[in-house]
Amino acid sequence: MTSTIEPEVGRSRLRKEDERLITGRTRWTDNLTLPGMLHLAVLRSPFAHARITSIDVSEAKTKPGVVDVFTGADFADEQGSLPCAWPITEDQKAPDAPALAVDTVNFAGEAVAVVVARSDYEAHDALEAIEVDYEDLPVVLDMEEAIKDGADLVHSALSTNTSATWIFDSSEAGTGGEVEAAIADSEVVITRKFRQQRLIPAFMEPRSVVVDPTGGQFTMWSATQIPHILRLMLAMTLGVPEHKVRVIAPDVGGGFGGKLQVTPEEVIAFLAARRLGRPVKFTESRSESLLSAHHGRDQIQHLTLSAKRDGTITGLKVELLADMGAYLRLVSPGVPILGAFMFNSIYKIPAYRFVCTNVFTNKVPTDAYRGAGRPEATFAIERMMDELAAELGVDPLELREKNWIKHEEFPYTTVAGLTYDSGDYEAATAKAKELFDYDGLRHEQAERRERKDPVQLGIGISTFTEMCGLAPSRVLGSLSYGAGGWEHAAVRMLPTGKVEVVTGSSPHGQGHETAWSQIIADQLGVPFEDIEVLHGDTQSSHKGMDTYGSRSLTVGAIAAVKAAEKVVTKARPIAAHMLECAEDDLEFAGGKFTVRGTESSTTIQDVALAVFAAHDLPDGVEPSLDSEATFDPENFSFPHGTHLCATEVDTETGRVTVRSYVCVDDIGKVINPMIVEGQVHGGLAQGIAQALFEEAVHDEGGTLTTGTFADYLLPSAADLPSFTTDRTETPSTSNPLGVKGVGEAGTIASTPAVVNAVVDALRPYGVHDVEMPMTPMRVWQAIRTGQADAGGVGAESGGGLGSIDASSGGAQ
Amino acid sequence: MRITVNVDGTSYTDEVEPRQLLVHYLRERLGKVGTVVGCDTSNCGACTVHLDGHSVKSCSVLAVQADGCEVTTIEGIARDGKLHPVQQAFHDNHALQCGFCTPGMIMQSIDLLADNPDPDEQAVREGIEGNLCRCTGYQNIVRAVRDAAHHMRPGAGPEAERVEDGSGLRAPSSIGGGE
Repeated sequence: MTSTIEPEVGRSRLRKEDERLITGRTRWTDNLTLPGMLHLAVLRSPFAHARITSIDVSEAKTKPGVVDVFTGADFADEQGSLPCAWPITEDQKAPDAPALAVDTVNFAGEAVAVVVARSDYEAHDALEAIEVDYEDLPVVLDMEEAIKDGADLVHSALSTNTSATWIFDSSEAGTGGEVEAAIADSEVVITRKFRQQRLIPAFMEPRSVVVDPTGGQFTMWSATQIPHILRLMLAMTLGVPEHKVRVIAPDVGGGFGGKLQVTPEEVIAFLAARRLGRPVKFTESRSESLLSAHHGRDQIQHLTLSAKRDGTITGLKVELLADMGAYLRLVSPGVPILGAFMFNSIYKIPAYRFVCTNVFTNKVPTDAYRGAGRPEATFAIERMMDELAAELGVDPLELREKNWIKHEEFPYTTVAGLTYDSGDYEAATAKAKELFDYDGLRHEQAERRERKDPVQLGIGISTFTEMCGLAPSRVLGSLSYGAGGWEHAAVRMLPTGKVEVVTGSSPHGQGHETAWSQIIADQLGVPFEDIEVLHGDTQSSHKGMDTYGSRSLTVGAIAAVKAAEKVVTKARPIAAHMLECAEDDLEFAGGKFTVRGTESSTTIQDVALAVFAAHDLPDGVEPSLDSEATFDPENFSFPHGTHLCATEVDTETGRVTVRSYVCVDDIGKVINPMIVEGQVHGGLAQGIAQALFEEAVHDEGGTLTTGTFADYLLPSAADLPSFTTDRTETPSTSNPLGVKGVGEAGTIASTPAVVNAVVDALRPYGVHDVEMPMTPMRVWQAIRTGQADAGGVGAESGGGLGSIDASSGGAQ
Repeated sequence: MRITVNVDGTSYTDEVEPRQLLVHYLRERLGKVGTVVGCDTSNCGACTVHLDGHSVKSCSVLAVQADGCEVTTIEGIARDGKLHPVQQAFHDNHALQCGFCTPGMIMQSIDLLADNPDPDEQAVREGIEGNLCRCTGYQNIVRAVRDAAHHMRPGAGPEAERVEDGSGLRAPSSIGGGE
């Protein structure tokens, strides 16, 4: 039996993954119970910076159900240092990062001791009986203070709080001119300072790990995005032979970069299980997760954008401070570096300089969070484009259009040295403008300004691109990244004609099982239902680089396509033998080999059965219809889009309401439109949340004051609007499917769209920026400050538009 | 303490610690791991179950408080091998991605529809605001709940027959794409 000819790719197939998820039959790590399994609970430091002078665990060891208690001293000889795989400079400072603190704690929430007990309740009871004496050390929280001479130190042994300084200069790279000269020669210069607040990825499934040491083979189930990298890192960090470690990522409840990590808890559970010879489980509480799983963003950005009076951009200078927190984690030093290639965004900029300083503070480490470096960059340049438009008194969309790369100019090598393969910013923007009713909303905005409506309308624009498909291994090598970016896949034809597709990409909600089935159904001409996708287990999918950075489809699925092509190639001589024809006379389409010009045919499923029986194969042909492939693209892919947001801002209360949101994304060829739409929705919610709701806040002692979901405000359904999403399609030329990746697009583009909309609403009040998250208090204060700056009109004027005439520019 | 609880149609009598939370009783004693824990402050709603027919966050109910009660979990709403209309609507409308919030979201939605069989978009958004989702941006969840309401509307009965086309493809939304 062969499938229908209608292609699977492009159809909104309902997801294969859903059945177990909607019936509660899901394999979350915390659902797992093994014979003899023990439970591990972690005692965490209440202090952001302190010396541990003593730990007494004797009483805890006597508590009911307790099997053992471990401190950092117990594991000091074997725990090594949590890995950082991205040394961005040769002189990068990287302190030892013990899984369990040994003599000092460097952030509030750092693991200090662990109890292993029969039950989770008993393990937590015993934590209270552990006595720890701390001696205060000075707390370093502010990056700008931390880099000053004579500042208190996070790690005294390093003698500095600067981890590394990384520079890109277009004049040195040969990709553009010298930026200081460009700025000096320009007619308009805008300088701004932006803050990317600290965010928490906040995947819904708390992190969980189970380690089974039975028989000297360590099997680890973990709620991780990176089973393959985790296995390798455990081997390299703990010195355990790699072939004795199996890592399984079963169903994983969200990641967003937050599970792209080798966590202290994974290492501790491994060590405890090895020491005790019994399976050990650790599952974090939400409070522990917010406190100790890595955070994201947290940059201070200084930008200078220069232009001619006609709006032509002449130069861009970026100076960043990036908060690493107390330690370097897996890829944290490189996160701001990814942004270095995106600050220029879709614009033709003749001169560019980027300088990033990575700074240690006494806070939980930062690392990848949805978009990783690119949202920060896109935010900054899109805010600057609006500021420049306001300065010049032109429509911000027209200013963008004047400077962006035109459709006919692709492929285009940017000032940051990347070559964008394809794109059509004009098409996406035209479609978005129409769906949004851009002109109509501008008209309404003018009316509201005219009648001094206390609720003002703002229109926010964000045009963007991102680099997806991390990948090209040689490029990653040039950036000192510790691994390649290839991906692996295998396609296995079973004797009954069914197919197993093995992918090294390890999903956590993205729908790989459905999308890969669609792709391989087309490649092999077998029914969608006859395909099973295997992933997330280093034993079955033995090679892989895992899932992050929208690389799964653009790299991982292409590996599967290559493997399927090899299967067809292997089947071809066998089919020719079965049909008694020359191989060159065969055509393959829709799962069927046909002798050209005849009715004589056989299916690939028949070939699979013949291969299994192996009774009559051509001489020298291996009885196998399995194949594997690895794909390492020549270039990244560059999805882009135009996002338009209308916000209503109550000038009397500071309340911001997102009235409408339209985005048109170009992600190249689409495999499953339904899944794409869902990922865009989720991304928008996260990006809007950065603009309006979310922030990790510490008090002056370094304690996280947003340590529960009551304080750290994830948006609920009532906080968000419905979105209007659409697409344009310019296929990527860097992979044979023409796909570009979508997972991060919504998040990257939406934050600046919302902030630009709020600032746009408030420009008549002298407001040029509102710090994120734009809480009602911050918006209200910005209005008051803006009015005062604009000539003292108003703190008492109750939100009237008294200052509208005093403001400069911006009111289009 | 000894409690007797009917969970998903089966009666259980057990000794529990007075402090044991209902969610832990369900997961650890009964093996009902479909109900999950997403937070420890009853903000996320991932652990939502029905207690005597009304949705509760089972992380904020003690097992002893469920003594003598009927509890329904995500594992108890399908009947005769047929998905509950809300489960089906979540699948049909791609109302889940990672799926971790989904059991709680479905249980809350069933309760919402019991109170308001024909909610508009805003009513759905307000009705599920105690349940957090990090993947979907809620739009398809809202769509799913309204789609389920359509299939469960009075006259159709709570176990309304669904018209399946068997293609496994997403049907055009009956309530409009733009919402």
